[in-house]
Amino acid sequence: MAEPVVSSDAAANSQAEISADMQEIQRSYAASGVLETQPRIDYPPYRSSILRHPTKDLHHADPETIELWAPAFGQRDVHALEADLTIQGGGEPSGERMTVRGRVLDGDGRPVRNQLVEIWQANAAGRYIHKRDQHPAPIDPNFTGVGRCLTDADGNYSFTTIKPGPYPWKNHHNAWRPAHIHFSLFGTDFTQRMITQMYFPGDPLFDLDPIYQAIMDPKARERLVANYDHDASEHEWSLGYTWDIVLTGSHRTPTEDHTDV
Amino acid sequence: MSDQHTNTSTTAPGERLIPIPGQTIGPFYGFALPYPGGENLVDRSHPDAVRLHGTVYDGHGDPVPDSMLEIWQADAQGRVSQEPGSLVRDGYTFTGFGRVAVDNVGHYDFTTVNPGATEDGKAAFITMTVFARGLLNRLFTRIYLPEDQAALDQDPVLSSLDPQRRRTLIAQREEDGSLRFDIHLQGDGETVFLSYPNHRLDHSA
Ligand SMILES: [Fe+2]
Repeated sequence: MAEPVVSSDAAANSQAEISADMQEIQRSYAASGVLETQPRIDYPPYRSSILRHPTKDLHHADPETIELWAPAFGQRDVHALEADLTIQGGGEPSGERMTVRGRVLDGDGRPVRNQLVEIWQANAAGRYIHKRDQHPAPIDPNFTGVGRCLTDADGNYSFTTIKPGPYPWKNHHNAWRPAHIHFSLFGTDFTQRMITQMYFPGDPLFDLDPIYQAIMDPKARERLVANYDHDASEHEWSLGYTWDIVLTGSHRTPTEDHTDV
Repeated sequence: MSDQHTNTSTTAPGERLIPIPGQTIGPFYGFALPYPGGENLVDRSHPDAVRLHGTVYDGHGDPVPDSMLEIWQADAQGRVSQEPGSLVRDGYTFTGFGRVAVDNVGHYDFTTVNPGATEDGKAAFITMTVFARGLLNRLFTRIYLPEDQAALDQDPVLSSLDPQRRRTLIAQREEDGSLRFDIHLQGDGETVFLSYPNHRLDHSA
């Protein structure tokens, strides 16, 4: 069934129409018996994807030399204080102070060591420091919503921040994104490069969101939802979330530089 | 910590883990990911500096103004850099990594060097990752240098493509020595995007 191509900012459809489309796609996925753990790139309920996804299959390639390595980042690139998003302004940002921590692992469970993790997010009111964000919610002068860190020798990362608010967007009428933090990740091979979004447990907007629902397998979707972890919360200070990140497998063996597969 | 929702608890030892899903970069990365000097792998005054540029297009042939591109490449001698400093460049060290946000008309510019072949006789290429609002997962592609026809003919990826599709991966050398590489996300001349098969469940659609 051909979808009419409309401007991504038209907000022409209702939530009910978008939800019906999403349910139909989910129904035919469930009937297919195929497991899909990555998002569909062809997913019309996300309107701006319609003209921006390749229509041809991805071409299978064996990774070669440069693809078997990733860029190296170090102390020169990232200051330790960049992992705390609450100290970047002149005062305390508004909202719920929180930490999120976890491990970055490759597909074989090996820690991704000393590698760059970048995050960005809206403030507690759901507003980004970005000229395109015209949502009439307050900008927080003490919050940029940008953080970076390097993983440690066990692949651990940790950020201190403010819990982001949900925000409206123009995919359809009365469209709201579930609260999320954007994560940008590198592995040991460039083929592991990825960008994703971390969500919060129990968000009532999950079922309504075409970006989250573009992932067909419900278990795969849940892998983007952090755990509330009371042991990571701090007395009279912050709420703690944990979220482990598994990248695709590394092709490079630890001792050899050539591809062995 | 509850094991029920952790990513790593449901897989038996020795079994590969399932990677977490990607998501779109969205519209608001501009204040977070691009950084000063990201597009300059070498300074423009470097004797071997080469401009790599092009435009990102959507399925209507319109430029995509909210896309971010990254490149990763060997140096002119075909060596893979493992030097840090891509985010805060010192002006001397070749780190091999660059990042750029396209401009309002979908155009990008990198300043880099022609990568050398990483092994004798191999075709030299730059690897590229494409992100965009509207693109639900990142895309990988390769930018081959156009000169070494014998190496291009023997390249396993290029030789497995029909000539029309193969052309989308080979940069054009312009008169001033620049490399031109346009990216067509969809439609006429759709760029070949790559997946790496033993990345389990990398993309099954
Ligand atoms: Fe966002």
